[in-house]
Amino acid sequence: MNDTTGQLQAAIDNAVAPDVETRLELYRLMQSCRVMEQRAYDLFMQNLIKGTSHLALGQEAIAAGFGAAMREDDYTFCTYRGHNHTLVRGVSMTGILGELMGRECGLLSGKGGSMHLMDIEKGAMGSYAIIGAHMPIAAGAAWSAQYRESGQVAVCFFGDGTTNIGAFHESLNFAAIWDLPVVYVCENNLYMEYTPISAVTAVPNPGADRASAYGLEPIIVDGNDADLVYAVAVAALDKARSGKGPSLIEVQTYRHGGHSRADPGKYRPAEEVAAWMKRDPLPAYRARLLADGIDEAAITAIEDEQAARVDKAEATARESGPPPLEIADTDLWADGGSSWRN
Amino acid sequence: MRRDDSVVFIGEDIAAAGGVFKTTEGLLDEFGPLRVRDTPISEQAILGAAAGAAMTGLRPIAEIMFSDFFAVCWDIVVNQIAKTRFMSDGQCSFPLVIRSANGGGARFGAQHSQSVENWAMAVPGLKVVAPSNAADVKGLLAASIRDPDPVLFFEQKSLYGMKSEVPEGEHVVPLGKAAIAREGSDVTIVALAAMVPRALKAAETLQSDHSISAEVIDLRSLVPLDTTTIFESVSKTARLVTVEENPRLCGWGAEVSSIVAEELFYDLDGPIVRVTTPHIPLPSADALEDAVMPSPARIVENVLKLAD
Repeated sequence: MNDTTGQLQAAIDNAVAPDVETRLELYRLMQSCRVMEQRAYDLFMQNLIKGTSHLALGQEAIAAGFGAAMREDDYTFCTYRGHNHTLVRGVSMTGILGELMGRECGLLSGKGGSMHLMDIEKGAMGSYAIIGAHMPIAAGAAWSAQYRESGQVAVCFFGDGTTNIGAFHESLNFAAIWDLPVVYVCENNLYMEYTPISAVTAVPNPGADRASAYGLEPIIVDGNDADLVYAVAVAALDKARSGKGPSLIEVQTYRHGGHSRADPGKYRPAEEVAAWMKRDPLPAYRARLLADGIDEAAITAIEDEQAARVDKAEATARESGPPPLEIADTDLWADGGSSWRN
Repeated sequence: MRRDDSVVFIGEDIAAAGGVFKTTEGLLDEFGPLRVRDTPISEQAILGAAAGAAMTGLRPIAEIMFSDFFAVCWDIVVNQIAKTRFMSDGQCSFPLVIRSANGGGARFGAQHSQSVENWAMAVPGLKVVAPSNAADVKGLLAASIRDPDPVLFFEQKSLYGMKSEVPEGEHVVPLGKAAIAREGSDVTIVALAAMVPRALKAAETLQSDHSISAEVIDLRSLVPLDTTTIFESVSKTARLVTVEENPRLCGWGAEVSSIVAEELFYDLDGPIVRVTTPHIPLPSADALEDAVMPSPARIVENVLKLAD
C-alpha cells in the first residue's frame, strides 16, 4: 500500500490541545519517568545499581505521549533505553527500580536487568539490547494481532542509530507489504551512542528521509512536546487499528546525559546542551498548563504524588533481598526448568 | 495445521511456489494465504516475525531456506528467541518451529551445504531436532509444532528424495527419545539425520564382511539429548563410535563422547571414536564432497580400528 494520504501530517498540523484530564495524565506520566530515572541515577552513584544503564532523561514526552494514547492491550517494544516506555504502561516502579538494583522484588527477579525490562501482562513486551532486533519482533506481534483480528497495535521505539542497521529495513518493508498494525517510532536524540548521527547517516533525517522507501509518509515531530507526540500517536494508532498499515514517525529529542552510565557525554558542544536543556519537556509543559489556566494545585499534587511514589519504590527495593540463587537455572523452558538431557 | 488454527507458516517461496525443495506443496491451497505466507528475502524479519507471533498467542513455523542462512539472522535465534523467556523470568514462551534444509550431499558448494546443528546445540534455550527418515519427519515435526519451546528442525536435504514408510493419521514422536535403528552387541554407532542411513549401511557391511554386530542409534534430537539410550547401548557393547556430518570442532559427537567418558568410562573397552567431516567448508564437486563427508566405508574402517 502506498501511503500518500498525509493523514499523520494532517493530525500534527491540526493538533489541538487534548482535554484537561489527558494533559494532566501526560504530565503525570512524564513526571513519573523523570523522578524514577533521576532516582536511578542517584542509586548508581551510590553503587546500588550495578552494571550499566541508559537513561532517557529529557526524552520523557515521547514515552508519555504514546503511553497515554495506547490502548491497554496494545504492545510496547523498546530498547535498552526503555525504563520510561515500560513504566508508562502501568508497570510497577518498585519492580523497575528493584530490577535495576538486582533485588528479589525486581520485575524479572533480577534475571533481566536494566536493559531487559518486560511486563507482558501490561503489554510491555520487552526491552531489547541488540540494536534493531526488536523491530521484526514488533512486526510479528502486529502480524499476530492482525491474524487474530484483535485490534491490537504494536508500538516499537528505537533510536536514530537503529536506522542504519539491516533489521530496520527488513522490518519496515515487511510491515508495509503486509499492512501490519505497527507504529515505528524513531527517537532521534542526535547521537548514535557517542557519535553525531549526521556523521554516520546519508540523509539528514534518519527516520523520515527513509520513509518513502516503504511507501510511508515522512513524519517529523517535536519529541519534547507531549501534546504533539500524543496527537501523532493517536493518529498513527487509529490508522493501524483501522487496517491502514504501519507508520514511521521520527520524533526529535535530546538526552540530558550521555549514552550510558559510563559516558559523561563530553563530545557534545556546551551550547548545544544548554539550548536543549532550555527545551526540557517537563518545565515547558508545566508552564503551558499554567498558561492555559490549569490549576497549579492539580500540578503540584501530581509532583507530590510521584515524589512519594519513587521514595516508596526505592525503600521497598532497598528492603528486598537478593534473588534466591535457585532461580538462576529456572525458566529456560516452558516447563520451568533448564534440563537438556535425561 | 488441521488441528490448530494458531499454527501459521511463513518463509521464502513456501506458499505459491511450494518450496524450493517442493516440501510445502499444497499447503497454500489447503490453508489459504492468511496461514501460509510468502515473505521477502528477509531472514531477520522472518524469524523476528515468528518470535513476535509466538509470544502473542500463535504457533508459527518459519522456514530458513538453507541452514547456512542462519548466519544472517542468528541474532534473532540466539539473543532473542533463546534468551527472552529466561530473561523475562518465565513471563513468555516461544512455541515456534524453524525448519531448514541442512547439510551436504547435494553438490551445492560451501554456502548451501553446511551442517549447522552443532551451532544450535551450543545455545541454551533451543531444542534441536534432525530426523533421518520420512516417518520421523512427520512424527518429530508434529511433536515440534506442539512443543511449547523453540525448535530448530533440520531437514537433511540429501534425504528429501529418500522414500520410506509413513504412518497414516496421528503420528507423534516425542522429542528427546532416540531410536535403536538396528540392534547389535559389539559396538554402538550413534548417528544423526543423513548419517543414520550411512551408519546402517556400514553396520550391514560390518556384519556380512567382518562378523561384527553393530548397534545403530538414531539420536533424532540433540536437545533434549537421550543419554539414557546411549548409556544402555554402550553398557552392552562397551564400544562407541559417533558419526557426525558437521565439521570436526565442537561437533555434537564431542559432547556425547565427553558425557560417556565421564559417566561410563569403566564400561568402555576402548577409546571413543568420532567420525566427522574434516574441519573444512564443504567442496562442491561430487568427488570431493563424497570424499570428505563420512561414508559407510569410512565408518566401517573406524569401527575396525576400534575392534583391533
